[in-house]
Amino acid sequence: MELNPWLLPALVAIPFVGGLLAWYSERLSLTWPRWIGLLSMAATCVIALWIWKHADVPGVLPAADAPVWLLEFKLDWIPRWGITFHFGIDGLSLLMVLLTGVLGVLSVACSWREIQQYVGFFHLNLLWNLAGVMGVFMALDLFLFFALWEVMLVPMYFLIALWGHSSTAGAQRGHSRVYAATKFFIFTQAAGLLMLIAILALVWVHHQNSGQWSFSYEDLLHTPLSTAQEYGLMLAFFVAFAVKLPIVPLHPWLPDAHSQAPTAGSVDLAGVLLKTGAYGLLRFVLPLFPAASREFAPIAMALGVVGILYGAKLALVQTDIKRLVAYTSVSHMGFVLLGIYAGTTLALQGALTLMLAHGLATGGLFILCGELYERLHTRELGSMGALSRRAPHYATALMFFALASLGLPGLGNFVGEFLVLFGSFAVRPWTTALAATGLILAAVYSLYIVQKALHGPAADTRPVEDLTAREQAMMAGIMLALLILGLFPQPVLDLARAPLSQIGHWYAMGVPGP
Amino acid sequence: MTAATSLHYVVLLPLVSATVLLLWTRIPQALVTAFGIGSVGAAAAVTALVGWNWLQDPQPQLQILWSWVQLESFTPRIALYLDGLSLTMTGVITGVGALIHAYASGYMHDDPHYRQFFAYMNLFVAMMLLLVLGDNLLLLYLGWEGVGLCSYLLIGFWNDDPANGGAARKAFITTRVGDTSMAIGLFLLYRELHTLDIRGLLEVAPLVWSGDSAMPTWIALLLLGGAVGKSAQLPLQAWLPDAMAGPTPVSALIHAATMVTAGVYLIARLNGLYLLAPGALEVVGWVGAVTLLLAGGAALAQTDIKRVLAYSTMSQIGYMFMALGAGAWQAAIFHLMTHAFFKALLFLASGSVILACHHEQDIFRMGGLRRKLPFAFWSFIIGGAALAALPVVTAGFWSKEAILAGAWSGGHHLWWAMGTACAFLTGLYTFRMIFIVFFGGEHAHAHQVDSRRMKVPLSVLMLLSIGGGLISLPLSAVLPAQSGAEGGHLPELVAVAAGLAGIALAWFWYGRSPQSAPVEQGLRAWAKSGWGFDALYDALFVRPLYGLARLNRSDVVDQAYALLMRLLVGLHRGTLRVQTGRLGWYAMAMALGMVLLLGAVRWN
Repeated sequence: MELNPWLLPALVAIPFVGGLLAWYSERLSLTWPRWIGLLSMAATCVIALWIWKHADVPGVLPAADAPVWLLEFKLDWIPRWGITFHFGIDGLSLLMVLLTGVLGVLSVACSWREIQQYVGFFHLNLLWNLAGVMGVFMALDLFLFFALWEVMLVPMYFLIALWGHSSTAGAQRGHSRVYAATKFFIFTQAAGLLMLIAILALVWVHHQNSGQWSFSYEDLLHTPLSTAQEYGLMLAFFVAFAVKLPIVPLHPWLPDAHSQAPTAGSVDLAGVLLKTGAYGLLRFVLPLFPAASREFAPIAMALGVVGILYGAKLALVQTDIKRLVAYTSVSHMGFVLLGIYAGTTLALQGALTLMLAHGLATGGLFILCGELYERLHTRELGSMGALSRRAPHYATALMFFALASLGLPGLGNFVGEFLVLFGSFAVRPWTTALAATGLILAAVYSLYIVQKALHGPAADTRPVEDLTAREQAMMAGIMLALLILGLFPQPVLDLARAPLSQIGHWYAMGVPGP
Repeated sequence: MTAATSLHYVVLLPLVSATVLLLWTRIPQALVTAFGIGSVGAAAAVTALVGWNWLQDPQPQLQILWSWVQLESFTPRIALYLDGLSLTMTGVITGVGALIHAYASGYMHDDPHYRQFFAYMNLFVAMMLLLVLGDNLLLLYLGWEGVGLCSYLLIGFWNDDPANGGAARKAFITTRVGDTSMAIGLFLLYRELHTLDIRGLLEVAPLVWSGDSAMPTWIALLLLGGAVGKSAQLPLQAWLPDAMAGPTPVSALIHAATMVTAGVYLIARLNGLYLLAPGALEVVGWVGAVTLLLAGGAALAQTDIKRVLAYSTMSQIGYMFMALGAGAWQAAIFHLMTHAFFKALLFLASGSVILACHHEQDIFRMGGLRRKLPFAFWSFIIGGAALAALPVVTAGFWSKEAILAGAWSGGHHLWWAMGTACAFLTGLYTFRMIFIVFFGGEHAHAHQVDSRRMKVPLSVLMLLSIGGGLISLPLSAVLPAQSGAEGGHLPELVAVAAGLAGIALAWFWYGRSPQSAPVEQGLRAWAKSGWGFDALYDALFVRPLYGLARLNRSDVVDQAYALLMRLLVGLHRGTLRVQTGRLGWYAMAMALGMVLLLGAVRWN
């Protein structure tokens, strides 16, 4: 069946228009924006699944010189500079888009009770942010990519600054949600600026060589670069994406932003926004600058290990549950970085699987943190305790995600982490062995959460409301998805096989001429 | 019912039951019992049927369920594999498991979390079965971590008390250290052989590594790390005594009969790999030999009835490791089975004693219980006799003799001596416990609480502890027979005499007069603490890690950015200060600037 190319811009347009509608519909009723948000994001999920079902997924490896898209959409925008509305989707993009859609649905659902102020404007920001992310995962024009990259950031600033909460620990240091939002904005804006400069430089070099202005990914892929040019541009792109991932030492925005953001913001940040960094590395850094990336790989992999251990070590001593989960993200993204730069098929597939699993598991954890905050009005682990008796369903869900986070086999994170480790070990055994010790620390911090929140004596005698039907449905959905990813990951691996093996091939051998 | 078509029911039955019990929160208690015991009992029945059919034609059988991951040569499957070794293990897990479940339905009868208890127990059985039936090392690892999880959940089952949670985390994290070593071993193994399929790698390994023992030694040692973690052997043994915080049936099933023997199973399963790495096999034997002595010594100084049994378990698994190291593969698995019988019996009987004494576990607060608890008394006598390897009439005798004879005839005379010394210690600490608990004056107001559901499993286990030595295991096709000279009867007699001497000494010291708790100091205190390993690891690993983490609680990198921010703000304030709004100041600044500019121009 022939797929309509307009499905791709629709993936961006639906949340975009949905956001506007949600804003206006606030006047009618406060539930309208919620339903509009839910339906828009559900629609993107349906489209993504539709594409997956009907697209012709290549079973064998494609010829190595040009990318193969399952579906492509192209429209002129500024022809003078070679700028186009060019979207393309392959297995890698499709999976990220699907993740965005699923977490979008969850983000709207988890705000149902939490957000009571400016409901319409909240959903406008949330949906525009998601629209930006959708676009980032599909853009094949670097100008368009950059524009959408910015679209994704500004609404997030408002989400944190307007609906965030101030932690008690933060208030003592004079830190507020505005502080966190500003910090997030400065870090990502600085990185974005660096990326813009690098994009312009790359386009200019391309113009010098070919006499044509083009921002097209496929054209720029074949730009001949001198060694110094390549390394410099690679570094600029790397840093831009490294802030997003985040890579130690560019991570300090993350714990503040995650802990201060409203639940939907944290889910969105951890589940989707971090993945744009990893996606950028996979889609742009490795294919555009293969030789320089190879040279840089030992440093990048070492940074990955530093991230794993440093993030885990910081997580060990946090008392704010959201901050703790935020640091575990730093640790998990270290595995992703390790896998990307190892570049073997196993490692790349592992990195992708881990991105999906981490998005789901950490999304689930943040939703649970938010639900707990609604009930106990605290995020301090010391003020919880005994939830396994006070709210058994809640406890089961939290235990499940804590186990996913420590990499229990049978759940998606395990498949991701182990594929990364199996794949990286072939390239750099000692670095990988060091990374594997992160598995021990993951057990320590995950079980610390379980002990403090679920077991032991209760900090007070307040009754705690157990999960409502809406919350149970959300949790059951994520848990099921993680189980499927852990036990039947093959469909996902097959979908991503062609693009990832191509990226791995380019990374290893360089991109052949057109 | 053949293995190739029905093996999955063995795993599926407890797994489905666990899922039902976890999800159906309002299930009536009678149904919990039915599901909990029924699923494991049914699994045992299926095992018996499948095993019976398999024995007619003992060829290895494979049941492939689905392909887990397929990437290049990385193709682990969800597939079950049955041969003599996995059949033996499956039989022990489902058989002893069903008995313990039945006992537990009486023991845990009044617990408010009865449903969760059986859910976790059933999940454990399913995971343990995956561990022993998995046809590749990744599936084995899934079971391996799964049983670790259940062990964690069940040690911390009474989680109101943070101490139990602490014991549970200690167990999980300590074994995770071993598991990580094992994982690295798997990475290395896959890099070298491009397969994780157990039979595949055992076939390829001798061809790839002919004449090279360095690589197999590395891999074997890394995998040994996982084995010592799960099986509570040196240096990762310290979690097992604390694991006794869990309900007693848990200790019987997980921390005596099944999970803690997983390390023995792993090494036996990979015997072909260890044979290529004689150095690593030597290490296996030494780990066992040293552990069995240290644990035997520590058992002597314990006052908690369950901790005596825990150290004894550690010590008996030490025997199995020593047997593996000496190449007495079949003896190791034989002892694994008989140990499962008599140690489960001892733990369950101790559970009855603890329940009768209102959750008292200190042996010095018991005493004289043989009249009030005759059933538990006889369980202890039979289980203790098997543990102390009383000649001929106990199952433990046959298996322990096989191990010591194997060590001797393999030329490992020092290990034999250590094992024999520990046979003496075993007799001593076992009967010290029995005499203190059941003889002398009565300190406790015990009353019999055993229901029929508890007595039947105990009776069956008593029979097995006596006659279990007669079971012949179908291991000869899987595990190599030991080669080496016959040792003659002298070493055998010495070992028997050592055990009897231990029992006699126990009678001499503890049996003739009532005992009160001894003063704990010096050697006794050191032994009681398990030779100070907890304090050592605390000082070496736990405190430095947390110290380092606390030192950097507020993230030094963040501080660096904060410093940068403060510098910028300072600079910004400095420049702001210049903007005073006073005309005179501006005029003066302008004049000064003019002078500087002109001066600069002149200079050029």
